[in-house]
Amino acid sequence: MAATVGRICGARLLKKYGLVWPQACQLSTNTQGWTKNRKVWLSTLGVVGGGVGALLFALEQSVQASGSEAHPPHNPWNHSGWFSSLDHASVRRGYEVYKQVCKACHSLQYIAFRNLVNVTHTEDEAKAEAAEVMIKDGPDEEGNYFERPGKLSDYLPSPYPNENAARAANNGAYPPDLSLICSGRKGGEDYIFALLTGYMEPPAGVVLREGQNYNPYFPGGAISMAQVLFDEAAEYSDGTPATASQLAKDVATFLKWCSEPELDDRRQMTIKAIGMFSMLAAVVYYYKRHKWSTLKSRKLAYKPVSKK
Amino acid sequence: MSVWSTLNRTVFKRTSTFALAVAGGTFFFERTFELVSQSIFENLNKGKLWKDIKHKYEN
Ligand code: HEC
Repeated sequence: MAATVGRICGARLLKKYGLVWPQACQLSTNTQGWTKNRKVWLSTLGVVGGGVGALLFALEQSVQASGSEAHPPHNPWNHSGWFSSLDHASVRRGYEVYKQVCKACHSLQYIAFRNLVNVTHTEDEAKAEAAEVMIKDGPDEEGNYFERPGKLSDYLPSPYPNENAARAANNGAYPPDLSLICSGRKGGEDYIFALLTGYMEPPAGVVLREGQNYNPYFPGGAISMAQVLFDEAAEYSDGTPATASQLAKDVATFLKWCSEPELDDRRQMTIKAIGMFSMLAAVVYYYKRHKWSTLKSRKLAYKPVSKK
Repeated sequence: MSVWSTLNRTVFKRTSTFALAVAGGTFFFERTFELVSQSIFENLNKGKLWKDIKHKYEN
Protein backbone atom coordinates (compact mmCIF):
# COMPACT_ATOMS: atom_id res chain seq x y z
CA MET A 1 0.00 0.00 0.00
CA ALA A 2 2.59 2.48 1.14
CA ALA A 3 4.77 1.48 -1.77
CA THR A 4 1.98 2.13 -4.28
CA VAL A 5 1.19 5.50 -2.77
CA GLY A 6 4.88 6.30 -2.81
CA ARG A 7 5.13 5.41 -6.47
CA ILE A 8 2.13 7.52 -7.35
CA CYS A 9 3.01 10.55 -5.31
CA GLY A 10 6.72 10.37 -5.79
CA ALA A 11 9.09 9.12 -3.14
CA ARG A 12 9.48 12.61 -1.71
CA LEU A 13 6.02 12.59 -0.22
CA LEU A 14 6.68 9.69 2.09
CA LYS A 15 10.28 10.57 2.82
CA LYS A 16 11.14 10.38 6.49
CA TYR A 17 11.87 13.84 7.77
CA GLY A 18 12.38 12.97 11.41
CA LEU A 19 10.46 14.22 14.37
CA VAL A 20 11.96 17.66 14.70
CA TRP A 21 12.05 18.55 11.03
CA PRO A 22 8.97 20.84 11.07
CA GLN A 23 10.32 22.66 14.10
CA ALA A 24 13.75 22.96 12.54
CA CYS A 25 12.15 24.69 9.54
CA GLN A 26 10.60 27.23 11.83
CA LEU A 27 13.71 27.85 13.83
CA SER A 28 16.39 27.94 11.23
CA THR A 29 17.16 29.96 8.14
CA ASN A 30 18.91 26.97 6.62
CA THR A 31 16.31 24.25 6.07
CA GLN A 32 13.57 24.61 3.51
CA GLY A 33 9.88 23.93 4.21
CA TRP A 34 7.66 21.84 1.96
CA THR A 35 7.83 22.57 -1.70
CA LYS A 36 4.73 23.83 -3.44
CA ASN A 37 4.43 20.58 -5.36
CA ARG A 38 4.40 18.51 -2.20
CA LYS A 39 1.79 20.74 -0.61
CA VAL A 40 -0.47 20.32 -3.64
CA TRP A 41 -0.07 16.54 -3.56
CA LEU A 42 -0.83 16.33 0.12
CA SER A 43 -3.93 18.54 -0.10
CA THR A 44 -5.23 16.50 -3.02
CA LEU A 45 -4.71 13.34 -0.99
CA GLY A 46 -6.61 14.87 1.93
CA VAL A 47 -9.52 16.05 -0.17
CA VAL A 48 -9.84 12.72 -2.01
CA GLY A 49 -9.62 10.76 1.26
CA GLY A 50 -12.27 12.91 2.91
CA GLY A 51 -14.50 12.63 -0.14
CA VAL A 52 -14.32 8.84 -0.18
CA GLY A 53 -15.14 8.77 3.53
CA ALA A 54 -18.17 11.02 3.02
CA LEU A 55 -19.33 8.85 0.12
CA LEU A 56 -19.10 5.66 2.19
CA PHE A 57 -21.07 7.34 4.98
CA ALA A 58 -23.76 8.51 2.56
CA LEU A 59 -24.04 5.02 1.01
CA GLU A 60 -24.37 3.43 4.45
CA GLN A 61 -27.10 5.94 5.36
CA SER A 62 -29.04 5.29 2.18
CA VAL A 63 -29.06 1.54 2.88
CA GLN A 64 -31.08 2.27 6.00
CA ALA A 65 -33.81 3.81 3.88
CA SER A 66 -34.06 0.78 1.59
CA GLY A 67 -35.82 -1.65 3.95
CA SER A 68 -39.56 -1.81 4.34
CA GLU A 69 -39.68 -1.82 8.13
CA ALA A 70 -40.50 1.28 10.18
CA HIS A 71 -37.65 2.76 12.18
CA PRO A 72 -38.30 3.03 15.90
CA PRO A 73 -38.55 6.61 17.14
CA HIS A 74 -36.02 7.71 19.77
CA ASN A 75 -37.53 7.92 23.20
CA PRO A 76 -36.18 10.10 26.00
CA TRP A 77 -35.03 7.22 28.17
CA ASN A 78 -34.28 7.94 31.75
CA HIS A 79 -30.88 6.33 31.31
CA SER A 80 -29.78 8.00 28.09
CA GLY A 81 -27.21 10.70 28.59
CA TRP A 82 -23.58 10.72 29.49
CA PHE A 83 -24.04 10.58 33.23
CA SER A 84 -27.46 8.95 33.60
CA SER A 85 -27.85 5.75 35.55
CA LEU A 86 -30.63 3.26 35.01
CA ASP A 87 -33.90 3.97 36.78
CA HIS A 88 -33.82 1.04 39.17
CA ALA A 89 -37.49 1.30 40.12
CA SER A 90 -38.26 0.86 36.42
CA VAL A 91 -35.85 -2.08 36.12
CA ARG A 92 -37.62 -3.72 39.03
CA ARG A 93 -41.02 -3.23 37.43
CA GLY A 94 -39.58 -4.54 34.16
CA TYR A 95 -38.51 -7.71 35.93
CA GLU A 96 -42.09 -8.12 37.13
CA VAL A 97 -43.32 -7.76 33.55
CA TYR A 98 -40.80 -10.31 32.30
CA LYS A 99 -41.79 -12.70 35.05
CA GLN A 100 -45.54 -12.34 34.46
CA VAL A 101 -45.60 -12.11 30.66
CA CYS A 102 -42.45 -12.81 28.66
CA LYS A 103 -41.21 -15.72 30.77
CA ALA A 104 -43.93 -17.93 29.29
CA CYS A 105 -42.03 -18.02 26.00
CA HIS A 106 -38.62 -16.35 26.34
CA SER A 107 -35.63 -17.58 28.32
CA LEU A 108 -33.24 -15.22 30.09
CA GLN A 109 -30.47 -17.69 30.52
CA TYR A 110 -27.55 -15.39 31.29
CA ILE A 111 -29.22 -13.69 34.25
CA ALA A 112 -28.90 -15.36 37.64
CA PHE A 113 -30.97 -14.56 40.70
CA ARG A 114 -27.86 -13.25 42.43
CA ASN A 115 -27.59 -10.57 39.73
CA LEU A 116 -30.81 -9.03 41.02
CA VAL A 117 -29.36 -8.44 44.48
CA ASN A 118 -28.83 -4.73 45.14
CA VAL A 119 -29.98 -3.88 41.66
CA THR A 120 -33.70 -4.50 41.81
CA HIS A 121 -34.18 -6.66 44.88
CA THR A 122 -32.80 -7.05 48.36
CA GLU A 123 -30.95 -10.26 49.08
CA ASP A 124 -33.92 -11.72 50.95
CA GLU A 125 -36.30 -10.85 48.13
CA ALA A 126 -33.98 -12.36 45.52
CA LYS A 127 -33.73 -15.54 47.60
CA ALA A 128 -37.52 -15.68 47.73
CA GLU A 129 -37.70 -15.17 43.95
CA ALA A 130 -35.27 -18.03 43.44
CA ALA A 131 -37.11 -20.31 45.85
CA GLU A 132 -40.28 -19.91 43.78
CA VAL A 133 -38.87 -21.86 40.84
CA MET A 134 -37.84 -25.50 40.59
CA ILE A 135 -34.37 -26.17 39.21
CA LYS A 136 -33.28 -29.44 37.70
CA ASP A 137 -30.16 -30.67 39.46
CA GLY A 138 -28.14 -33.83 39.86
CA PRO A 139 -27.00 -36.45 39.60
CA ASP A 140 -27.26 -37.38 43.28
CA GLU A 141 -25.44 -40.30 44.92
CA GLU A 142 -27.66 -42.80 43.14
CA GLY A 143 -27.21 -41.11 39.80
CA ASN A 144 -30.68 -39.66 39.59
CA TYR A 145 -31.61 -36.18 38.46
CA PHE A 146 -33.95 -34.33 40.74
CA GLU A 147 -35.72 -31.03 41.17
CA ARG A 148 -35.06 -28.60 44.00
CA PRO A 149 -36.08 -25.04 44.82
CA GLY A 150 -33.79 -22.43 43.26
CA LYS A 151 -30.91 -20.72 45.02
CA LEU A 152 -29.30 -17.33 44.49
CA SER A 153 -26.59 -18.89 42.34
CA ASP A 154 -29.08 -20.41 39.87
CA TYR A 155 -29.78 -18.88 36.50
CA LEU A 156 -33.34 -18.03 35.53
CA PRO A 157 -35.00 -21.22 34.25
CA SER A 158 -35.96 -21.42 30.58
CA PRO A 159 -39.58 -22.07 29.57
CA TYR A 160 -38.61 -24.80 27.09
CA PRO A 161 -36.05 -27.59 27.46
CA ASN A 162 -34.53 -26.86 24.00
CA GLU A 163 -34.98 -24.92 20.79
CA ASN A 164 -37.05 -27.57 19.05
CA ALA A 165 -39.58 -27.63 21.86
CA ALA A 166 -39.73 -23.83 21.72
CA ARG A 167 -40.33 -23.87 17.97
CA ALA A 168 -42.94 -26.60 18.22
CA ALA A 169 -44.91 -24.52 20.71
CA ASN A 170 -44.69 -21.30 18.65
CA ASN A 171 -45.66 -22.24 15.11
CA GLY A 172 -42.07 -22.96 14.15
CA ALA A 173 -40.74 -19.56 15.30
CA TYR A 174 -38.08 -19.47 17.97
CA PRO A 175 -38.56 -16.92 20.76
CA PRO A 176 -34.99 -15.69 21.19
CA ASP A 177 -33.25 -15.52 24.54
CA LEU A 178 -33.76 -12.02 25.90
CA SER A 179 -30.53 -11.65 27.93
CA LEU A 180 -28.69 -9.74 25.23
CA ILE A 181 -31.55 -8.77 22.96
CA CYS A 182 -31.21 -5.07 23.69
CA SER A 183 -27.66 -5.03 22.34
CA GLY A 184 -28.51 -7.57 19.67
CA ARG A 185 -31.14 -5.54 17.83
CA LYS A 186 -30.63 -2.32 15.95
CA GLY A 187 -32.26 0.47 17.91
CA GLY A 188 -31.91 -1.32 21.27
CA GLU A 189 -34.53 -0.34 23.83
CA ASP A 190 -36.23 1.99 21.34
CA TYR A 191 -36.78 -1.01 19.06
CA ILE A 192 -38.13 -3.19 21.85
CA PHE A 193 -40.55 -0.50 22.98
CA ALA A 194 -41.71 0.15 19.42
CA LEU A 195 -42.06 -3.58 18.72
CA LEU A 196 -44.11 -4.27 21.83
CA THR A 197 -46.47 -1.33 21.30
CA GLY A 198 -46.51 -1.27 17.49
CA TYR A 199 -48.89 -4.11 16.55
CA MET A 200 -51.54 -3.19 14.01
CA GLU A 201 -53.87 -4.59 11.37
CA PRO A 202 -51.90 -5.71 8.30
CA PRO A 203 -52.17 -3.21 5.45
CA ALA A 204 -53.96 -4.32 2.30
CA GLY A 205 -51.95 -6.82 0.29
CA VAL A 206 -49.87 -8.20 3.14
CA VAL A 207 -50.56 -11.88 3.57
CA LEU A 208 -49.87 -13.40 6.97
CA ARG A 209 -49.43 -17.10 7.58
CA GLU A 210 -51.08 -19.00 10.39
CA GLY A 211 -49.96 -17.61 13.75
CA GLN A 212 -48.33 -14.51 12.32
CA ASN A 213 -49.09 -10.94 13.23
CA TYR A 214 -48.33 -7.66 11.58
CA ASN A 215 -45.80 -5.34 13.17
CA PRO A 216 -44.25 -2.59 11.05
CA TYR A 217 -41.14 -2.42 13.24
CA PHE A 218 -40.26 -6.09 12.75
CA PRO A 219 -38.10 -6.64 9.65
CA GLY A 220 -40.45 -8.09 7.08
CA GLY A 221 -43.51 -7.10 9.07
CA ALA A 222 -44.80 -10.61 9.79
CA ILE A 223 -43.87 -11.61 13.33
CA SER A 224 -44.76 -14.87 15.02
CA MET A 225 -45.13 -13.24 18.43
CA ALA A 226 -48.64 -11.98 19.07
CA GLN A 227 -49.22 -8.70 20.89
CA VAL A 228 -48.62 -9.53 24.54
CA LEU A 229 -48.78 -6.17 26.28
CA PHE A 230 -52.20 -4.67 26.95
CA ASP A 231 -53.35 -2.39 29.73
CA GLU A 232 -53.25 -4.40 32.97
CA ALA A 233 -51.45 -7.31 31.28
CA ALA A 234 -49.19 -7.44 34.34
CA GLU A 235 -49.44 -6.23 37.89
CA TYR A 236 -46.97 -3.90 39.57
CA SER A 237 -46.14 -4.30 43.22
CA ASP A 238 -45.39 -0.59 43.62
CA GLY A 239 -48.83 0.53 42.48
CA THR A 240 -47.76 2.15 39.20
CA PRO A 241 -50.70 2.10 36.74
CA ALA A 242 -49.96 -0.81 34.41
CA THR A 243 -50.78 0.70 31.04
CA ALA A 244 -49.48 -1.07 27.95
CA SER A 245 -46.90 1.64 27.25
CA GLN A 246 -45.75 1.67 30.88
CA LEU A 247 -45.26 -2.12 30.75
CA ALA A 248 -43.33 -1.80 27.49
CA LYS A 249 -41.15 0.99 28.81
CA ASP A 250 -40.31 -0.89 32.00
CA VAL A 251 -39.56 -4.21 30.32
CA ALA A 252 -37.38 -2.41 27.76
CA THR A 253 -35.46 -0.75 30.59
CA PHE A 254 -35.12 -4.12 32.29
CA LEU A 255 -33.78 -5.70 29.10
CA LYS A 256 -31.36 -2.80 28.76
CA TRP A 257 -30.03 -3.69 32.20
CA CYS A 258 -29.81 -7.38 31.22
CA SER A 259 -27.73 -6.49 28.16
CA GLU A 260 -25.60 -3.88 29.90
CA PRO A 261 -25.52 -4.58 33.62
CA GLU A 262 -22.39 -2.45 33.86
CA LEU A 263 -24.15 0.66 32.54
CA ASP A 264 -24.19 2.48 35.89
CA ASP A 265 -20.50 1.79 36.42
CA ARG A 266 -19.71 3.05 32.96
CA ARG A 267 -21.59 6.28 33.53
CA GLN A 268 -19.75 6.82 36.79
CA MET A 269 -16.48 6.04 35.04
CA THR A 270 -17.29 8.78 32.51
CA ILE A 271 -17.38 11.32 35.33
CA LYS A 272 -14.09 10.03 36.71
CA ALA A 273 -12.41 9.98 33.33
CA ILE A 274 -13.44 13.55 32.60
CA GLY A 275 -12.10 14.67 35.97
CA MET A 276 -8.85 12.79 35.62
CA PHE A 277 -8.15 13.71 32.03
CA SER A 278 -8.89 17.39 32.54
CA MET A 279 -6.31 17.47 35.34
CA LEU A 280 -3.80 15.67 33.13
CA ALA A 281 -4.58 18.01 30.24
CA ALA A 282 -3.88 21.02 32.44
CA VAL A 283 -0.52 19.56 33.45
CA VAL A 284 0.39 18.69 29.87
CA TYR A 285 -0.60 22.16 28.65
CA TYR A 286 1.49 23.87 31.31
CA TYR A 287 4.46 21.61 30.69
CA LYS A 288 4.35 22.16 26.94
CA ARG A 289 4.28 25.94 27.34
CA HIS A 290 7.07 25.67 29.86
CA LYS A 291 9.34 23.65 27.59
CA TRP A 292 8.58 25.62 24.47
CA SER A 293 8.98 29.08 25.96
CA THR A 294 12.70 29.09 25.28
CA LEU A 295 12.46 27.26 21.98
CA LYS A 296 9.85 29.57 20.57
CA SER A 297 11.67 32.77 21.39
CA ARG A 298 14.87 32.04 19.54
CA LYS A 299 16.02 31.75 15.99
CA LEU A 300 19.27 30.26 14.72
CA ALA A 301 21.06 31.96 11.89
CA TYR A 302 23.70 30.24 9.76
CA LYS A 303 26.27 32.61 8.38
CA PRO A 304 28.23 31.20 5.49
CA VAL A 305 31.92 31.19 6.21
CA SER A 306 33.87 32.20 3.15
CA LYS A 307 36.83 29.99 2.32
CA LYS A 308 40.08 31.74 1.94
CA MET B 1 11.36 31.16 53.55
CA SER B 2 8.34 30.08 51.58
CA VAL B 3 6.35 26.93 52.25
CA TRP B 4 7.31 25.63 48.84
CA SER B 5 11.07 25.75 49.43
CA THR B 6 10.70 24.30 52.92
CA LEU B 7 8.77 21.44 51.38
CA ASN B 8 11.41 21.05 48.73
CA ARG B 9 14.20 20.88 51.27
CA THR B 10 12.53 18.61 53.83
CA VAL B 11 10.50 16.25 51.66
CA PHE B 12 11.31 16.22 47.98
CA LYS B 13 15.08 16.29 48.14
CA ARG B 14 15.58 12.89 49.71
CA THR B 15 14.34 9.92 47.68
CA SER B 16 12.97 8.07 50.71
CA THR B 17 10.78 10.94 51.91
CA PHE B 18 9.85 11.78 48.35
CA ALA B 19 8.63 8.24 47.71
CA LEU B 20 6.71 8.37 50.97
CA ALA B 21 5.10 11.66 49.93
CA VAL B 22 4.08 10.15 46.61
CA ALA B 23 2.49 7.13 48.28
CA GLY B 24 0.71 9.22 50.89
CA GLY B 25 -0.39 11.79 48.33
CA THR B 26 -1.79 9.07 46.11
CA PHE B 27 -3.82 7.67 48.96
CA PHE B 28 -5.45 10.95 49.92
CA PHE B 29 -5.92 12.06 46.32
CA GLU B 30 -7.57 8.79 45.32
CA ARG B 31 -9.94 8.86 48.31
CA THR B 32 -11.11 12.43 47.75
CA PHE B 33 -11.34 12.03 43.98
CA GLU B 34 -13.37 8.83 44.34
CA LEU B 35 -15.71 10.34 46.92
CA VAL B 36 -16.25 13.53 44.94
CA SER B 37 -16.98 11.79 41.64
CA GLN B 38 -19.26 9.29 43.35
CA SER B 39 -21.25 12.02 45.04
CA ILE B 40 -21.57 13.88 41.73
CA PHE B 41 -22.92 10.69 40.16
CA GLU B 42 -25.33 10.05 43.01
CA ASN B 43 -26.57 13.63 43.01
CA LEU B 44 -27.18 13.66 39.27
CA ASN B 45 -29.13 10.42 39.53
CA LYS B 46 -30.96 11.04 42.75
CA GLY B 47 -34.08 8.91 43.05
CA LYS B 48 -33.08 6.48 40.33
CA LEU B 49 -30.43 4.42 42.08
CA TRP B 50 -30.99 1.27 44.09
CA LYS B 51 -29.75 2.99 47.20
CA ASP B 52 -32.55 5.55 46.83
CA ILE B 53 -35.33 2.99 46.59
CA LYS B 54 -34.08 0.14 48.74
CA HIS B 55 -35.65 1.50 51.92
CA LYS B 56 -39.02 0.53 50.45
CA TYR B 57 -38.08 -3.13 50.34
CA GLU B 58 -35.95 -3.59 53.41
CA ASN B 59 -37.55 -4.37 56.71
C1 HEC C 1 -46.63 -16.42 23.47
C2 HEC C 1 -45.22 -16.46 23.52
C3 HEC C 1 -44.48 -15.14 23.66
C4 HEC C 1 -44.56 -14.22 24.69
C5 HEC C 1 -45.45 -14.27 25.91
C6 HEC C 1 -43.60 -13.20 24.39
N1 HEC C 1 -42.96 -13.49 23.22
FE1 HEC C 1 -41.54 -12.37 22.35
N2 HEC C 1 -41.41 -13.71 20.81
C7 HEC C 1 -42.16 -14.86 20.70
C8 HEC C 1 -41.83 -15.49 19.45
C9 HEC C 1 -42.44 -16.81 18.95
C10 HEC C 1 -40.85 -14.71 18.82
C11 HEC C 1 -40.17 -14.95 17.47
C12 HEC C 1 -40.90 -14.11 16.44
C13 HEC C 1 -40.42 -14.31 15.04
O1 HEC C 1 -39.24 -14.62 14.86
O2 HEC C 1 -41.22 -14.14 14.12
C14 HEC C 1 -40.59 -13.59 19.71
C15 HEC C 1 -39.68 -12.58 19.45
C16 HEC C 1 -39.40 -11.56 20.33
C17 HEC C 1 -38.36 -10.56 20.13
C18 HEC C 1 -37.38 -10.52 18.99
C19 HEC C 1 -37.87 -9.77 17.80
C20 HEC C 1 -36.79 -9.72 16.76
O3 HEC C 1 -36.41 -8.61 16.35
O4 HEC C 1 -36.28 -10.79 16.36
C21 HEC C 1 -38.38 -9.73 21.20
C22 HEC C 1 -37.47 -8.53 21.46
C23 HEC C 1 -39.44 -10.18 22.07
N3 HEC C 1 -40.02 -11.29 21.52
C24 HEC C 1 -39.75 -9.59 23.26
C25 HEC C 1 -40.74 -10.04 24.11
C26 HEC C 1 -41.02 -9.39 25.36
C27 HEC C 1 -40.29 -8.19 25.94
C28 HEC C 1 -42.05 -10.09 25.90
C29 HEC C 1 -42.75 -9.82 27.24
C30 HEC C 1 -43.37 -8.55 27.35
C31 HEC C 1 -42.38 -11.17 24.99
N4 HEC C 1 -41.56 -11.10 23.90
C32 HEC C 1 -43.38 -12.10 25.20
C33 HEC C 1 -43.09 -15.32 21.59
C34 HEC C 1 -43.47 -14.67 22.75
